[in-house]
Amino acid sequence: MTDILMPALSPTMEEGKLAKWLVKEGDTVKPGDVIAEIETDKATMEVEAVDEGVISKLMVEAGTEGVKVNAIIAQLSAEGEAPKPKSNGKAKTAKVDAPAQAVAETAAPEQKAKNDGHRLRAPEQKVAAAEGLHDPTLPEGVTYKKTAVRDALRDAIAEEMRRDERVFLMGEEVGQYQGAYKVSRGLLEEFGDRRVIDTPITEYGFAGLGVGAAFGGLKPIVEFMTFNFAMQAIDHIINSAAKTLYMSGGQMGCPIVFRGPNGAASRVGAQHSQDYSAWYGHVPGLKVLAPYDAADAKGLLKAAIRDPNPVVFLEHELMYGVEFDVPEVEDFVLPIGKARIRREGTDVTLVAHSRMVKFALDAAEELAGMGIEAEVIDLRSLRPLDTETVIESVKKTNRIVCCEEGWRFFGVGAEIAAAVVEHAFDYLDAPPLRVAQKDVPLPYAANLERLSLPNAQDIVEAAKKVCYRETE
Amino acid sequence: MTGKTGGARVRKPVSEPQKAELIGFYRDMLLIRRFEEKAGQLYGMGLIAGFCHLYIGQEAVVVGVQAILEPDDQVITGYRDHGHMLAAGMTSRGVMAELTGREGGYARGKGGSMHMFSREKNFFGGHGIVGAQVPLGTGLAFSNKYKGTDAVCIAYFGDGASNQGQVYEAFNMASLWKLPVVYVIENNQYAMGTSIARASAETELFKRGISFEIPGEEVDGMDVLAVRKAAAKAVKRARDGDGPYILEMKTYRYRGHSMSDPAKYRTREEVQDVREHRDPIEMLKKKLLDAKHVTEDDLKKIEAEVREIVNDSAQFAQDSPEPHPDELWTDVLVESRA
Ligand SMILES: Cc1ncc(C[n+]2csc(CCOP(=O)(O)OP(=O)(O)O)c2C)c(N)n1
Ligand SMILES: [Mg+2]
Repeated sequence: MTDILMPALSPTMEEGKLAKWLVKEGDTVKPGDVIAEIETDKATMEVEAVDEGVISKLMVEAGTEGVKVNAIIAQLSAEGEAPKPKSNGKAKTAKVDAPAQAVAETAAPEQKAKNDGHRLRAPEQKVAAAEGLHDPTLPEGVTYKKTAVRDALRDAIAEEMRRDERVFLMGEEVGQYQGAYKVSRGLLEEFGDRRVIDTPITEYGFAGLGVGAAFGGLKPIVEFMTFNFAMQAIDHIINSAAKTLYMSGGQMGCPIVFRGPNGAASRVGAQHSQDYSAWYGHVPGLKVLAPYDAADAKGLLKAAIRDPNPVVFLEHELMYGVEFDVPEVEDFVLPIGKARIRREGTDVTLVAHSRMVKFALDAAEELAGMGIEAEVIDLRSLRPLDTETVIESVKKTNRIVCCEEGWRFFGVGAEIAAAVVEHAFDYLDAPPLRVAQKDVPLPYAANLERLSLPNAQDIVEAAKKVCYRETE
Repeated sequence: MTGKTGGARVRKPVSEPQKAELIGFYRDMLLIRRFEEKAGQLYGMGLIAGFCHLYIGQEAVVVGVQAILEPDDQVITGYRDHGHMLAAGMTSRGVMAELTGREGGYARGKGGSMHMFSREKNFFGGHGIVGAQVPLGTGLAFSNKYKGTDAVCIAYFGDGASNQGQVYEAFNMASLWKLPVVYVIENNQYAMGTSIARASAETELFKRGISFEIPGEEVDGMDVLAVRKAAAKAVKRARDGDGPYILEMKTYRYRGHSMSDPAKYRTREEVQDVREHRDPIEMLKKKLLDAKHVTEDDLKKIEAEVREIVNDSAQFAQDSPEPHPDELWTDVLVESRA
């Protein structure tokens, strides 16, 4: 049995706040695992385990202020050793690894950029899934900040880069240019060119390099200027990132995020306007996220970066500038794999993701005027797909319209419709309908583009149809 | 454009350009410049949308290369393609109407600025994916060799594109099979906001073929005569069956990467310096005047003629109707007819 003592984070520190436990009683830890976060007035630091063993008792509750240096904060027993009430082993002070900013404060920027010899900080995985697939309950009286989607994404990246030194961002124009769509604004200035890396135009190459870096123990965020250009790299996303864990019998995890704008922009023609939701959703070994608002963008991107798997994170260019409320809580991480019910209703279920959620919400508003109460489900995560939430909804409404921006053939809507037919056949009062892009490459001409892309009106019409209302 | 005879089979001997040809170069470069300025204007008015990449500053490259091409030679490039199309003899009206997304455009409004084609003029696009045109152009050259014609394909691409892996896969095959293709790298120093030095380990791009046994040379891409001369040599080599060649054109784009480029990656002075000292149109103009090939009056006449063409195309591009809604469904596949 070993005592873990409150460490001193600086020569002058006498006491501090034990902000957070990252382990619970019964957890097995090994040297280097982060077990707690400690706050002083200057910084937040992480406490690492020095010995191997099982956390037998946490002696200080998370949130306790004024914990004296060298006070016993937890007890560790060797694996198999029965927890004893009183320690007779020698006490050890946990080792502290200063986070990146602490380095930055003391080291000159050039030094910092070169300082790749120091040990990389790797916070313990705290994937939100462990919290039972529920969005974290926000504290009473939480405040919100109006944030554009692009800034929410930037904040998520910055927070995770501060938290975990293994995280880095790589892509075309992400650094000096501040991102083609200004998502990475300010990151080069804060993190330097060791961690915010401008690449040549060579998607296949840097996607593969990113996967290799992930095999090597880093946590890359690979930005594609748009997902259209990820087609150059899709071999590495699927063959190298998605399949290797399985092929290696579980040895070769690949914690990487591939992110960037997906789907139609505005008048940029067929080669620059494609929705890849279904493409990536098809692939086992990937997680695929496609948030709609800024809060989900932030919370899910943070989760994606922490996730030990390859995550394809689909953003939407036309949403980047849209502002939403983002809760002002520390470390806002959302569960992967959980849909969000954006509007409750009893008459028809509308399922959408990414920008289509806006159209579904608009359609619901219009339908309400006709006495049809639509329930709007924002999928947020396409893989894993929260079919349970969809099916529960259909059991209530008995009707469903699946909405997506991409083509319908072999699409997201097809998958959901199949799941509903399979699991809620007896509840259906109408065949599931799909709203999707017309089955053609996206045209440039303004009128044809309008005709090609799905909109709120299409959803209204489909909803009326499944409700057997008169349609136009 | 000027200096082209439709359907010629007899190969032009490449000699020093004579007065008429020189004036033709001037007019062609001026047409591209004025056309692009007008396109920029229409973009500002909301008549052109999406991405629109202007060619201003690089005019000498396409005009000089085109000067030695034959009608059955093919041209393929990326999204900065308006100049290439005008040089290939496509009409200003058709190009401008495609920019506005109208029925009268080369792709009937379906392609836009980045995706335009003309079978008739052997212009094979107009490609939005950086680097894609390089293997595609190599494939066109393959088709020439396969069919036994002596046509040559010119594949244009940028300094940024020259870092794409597929470029080198294409180089290898082109050299291995001695395909009649000339790779014209338009090195305008920047790929979007990234200067060549920040993206390329070897910045002398004409050397990029060395390990594939493809010779290359650096060319002053602001000097239409230097371009023409270098192109003549490279095209002849390709036409004679001796395989590919790389021409690295040192050039410069005056405008932003596309219309929405804040252009913080270079100074105003840098741009101004090129405009003042290396402008391809001004340099040729001076030559023409010095050699007394033209008078100031002649130049004014050319300017007026070019403006007339450009204004007419802008008018046409606004008057041409939007494509018929049924066009949405056409051209997805070739419909087999009974
Ligand atoms: C595969 C791919 N990646 C990224 C882009 C986005 N993009 C369009 S143009 C461009 C810069 C290309 O620069 P360069 O090849 O030098 O040509 P230039 O624009 O200077 O003519 C980039 C990154 C794209 N269209 N395709
Ligand atoms: Mg360039």
